[in-house]
Amino acid sequence: MSDTDSTHIPEHSRRDFLYVATGMAGAVGAAAVAWPFIDQMRPDASTLALASIQVDVSAVQPGMSLTVKWRGHPVFIRNRTEQEIAAAQETPLDQLKDPVARNDNLPADTPATDLARSAGEGKENWLVMIGVCTHLGCIPLGQSGEYGGWFCPCHGSVYDTAGRVRGGPAPENMAIPAFQFISDTVVQIG
Amino acid sequence: MSGGHSTYTPKTGFGRWIDARLPLPRLIYDSFVAYPVPRNLNYAYTFGGILSLMLAAQILTGVVLAMHYAANTELAFGSVEKIMRDVNSGWLLRYLHANGASFFFVAVYVHIFRGLYYGSYKAPRELLWILGCIIYLLMMATAFMGYVLPWGQMSFWGATVITGFFSAIPLVGDWIQQLLLGGFAVENPTLNRFFSLHYLLPFMIAGVVILHIWALHVTGQTNPTGIEVKQKTDTVAFTPYATIKDGFAMVVFLFVFAYFVFYMPNYLGHPDNYIEADPLKTPAHIVPEWYFLPFYAMLRAITFNIGPIDSKLGGVLVMFGSIALLFLTPWLDTSKVRSAAYRPWYKIFFWLFVADAILLGWLGSRPAEGLYVAMAQIGTLYYYAFFLVVMPVLGLIETPRRLPNSITEAVLEKNKAGSLAAQPVSQR
Repeated sequence: MSDTDSTHIPEHSRRDFLYVATGMAGAVGAAAVAWPFIDQMRPDASTLALASIQVDVSAVQPGMSLTVKWRGHPVFIRNRTEQEIAAAQETPLDQLKDPVARNDNLPADTPATDLARSAGEGKENWLVMIGVCTHLGCIPLGQSGEYGGWFCPCHGSVYDTAGRVRGGPAPENMAIPAFQFISDTVVQIG
Repeated sequence: MSGGHSTYTPKTGFGRWIDARLPLPRLIYDSFVAYPVPRNLNYAYTFGGILSLMLAAQILTGVVLAMHYAANTELAFGSVEKIMRDVNSGWLLRYLHANGASFFFVAVYVHIFRGLYYGSYKAPRELLWILGCIIYLLMMATAFMGYVLPWGQMSFWGATVITGFFSAIPLVGDWIQQLLLGGFAVENPTLNRFFSLHYLLPFMIAGVVILHIWALHVTGQTNPTGIEVKQKTDTVAFTPYATIKDGFAMVVFLFVFAYFVFYMPNYLGHPDNYIEADPLKTPAHIVPEWYFLPFYAMLRAITFNIGPIDSKLGGVLVMFGSIALLFLTPWLDTSKVRSAAYRPWYKIFFWLFVADAILLGWLGSRPAEGLYVAMAQIGTLYYYAFFLVVMPVLGLIETPRRLPNSITEAVLEKNKAGSLAAQPVSQR
């Protein structure tokens, strides 16, 4: 082995290192430049500012319901009658297609009892729910269908008075958003 | 562009001056005048030219429509009505653009089926075929976003359902959906970005079309016999032969197109799209434009869970998979014979596939219930089986008919048979 060979090898690997390092710096730089172009697609500040709304429900009598728009989706606020609550409470859980409450205010595995679907103890009459069919995103019609809850005209999904899917192609109960009653008559959604 | 020797000789001094600096006239001459094409091309081969014409027409009408359109949820619907009523010739330009999209798809479906029938995707034309598949995908994205712009009920709810597909993807689905929408539902940011992309994508299509034609001119065109060009007598010059044939086909195609534009301009549309988008009210039946119906039928055919995949994700995977299969076609077909003209069994399965695609299209326009679902499931099964079972297996077991030795021989044989049959018996 000659001297030139032994000096040649470290020089070669140092050049390789410089190539790799330059390439890495270039890749990181390209990614850093690309990010704002992707980031700008995400929901902007004004869209996020609408993420929570307050609704006065004092005028909603039992048997009535109100539809408000939240994050571009309709939210059904329904003041249920005694009979509607009773019908939903008497439904055995094993008859439900989707046994989970789908309530953002409760743990994810909460069973879909009527209480877990409603606004909670003392406010069982209130149902606050995103009015979007869980099948392909249509808007179901209220106070209709076999169970007196909702009926989706698109593909025939049927929901009961607690907004739980009881028939048709929809896979899940209609979603309940994070909400709370900030007074007896005002509900804050989001 | 092709490997052939250039025969271009500039006639004027100015022509020679240009040729020595930027030989663009030479490129055009070699690609579209002297370029040799197989002498036996039939009218199924004219749709590539028709597609180029439709792309140019869509870009032209689209650019002028954009001068009058307002991409804002408050203004969009009104601005389209203004184009229809107030803008000079606006009604014509909009009907040309809307029906032009439909006829673009008519032409692309004939073009794709022609490729499947004559085996145009086989070696050495795999990249040519894949570039075509990419153009088709870009066309679908462009058409979908364009349909959202008038901001009618079908625009809105079609966009809601189609962007909803992405929410079926596990873990990152919701994030991707919000990225597409720019919010939590279809709203003003969605309309704005769809308009921007709808303007951009046709130019990307034009770019890929250039690559598509480049690849075509490297390998040369296929032809109805599927035999490669072997000798000079197999070909004719692009101009005048292919130019005139393409031109005639364009005129006939535009006749039908004009009939739709002037006499039934809304036949291929949906009346609900003349109702302004209402996020709180869903139309009774959400249907996409006719050219997406077969895929919509396959999406809805998956009504059952497949292991850990629920029916919603399953439907989305089956729908996207049906297009992914096109990309794999060059490697799924094992037959050494290119053209269906010499493949008696493939020909039958091919026409069944065409019938299946039309059936799925019809089913996509029906409500998803009862017998329609079962039929869509059978249709989806055959669609997949055509690519994954028929194509690989048939190539191994089918006995093809005898192939002629060359294109010239095939043409002369056909002419001889034709002229004999045309003569009265007594004169033979």
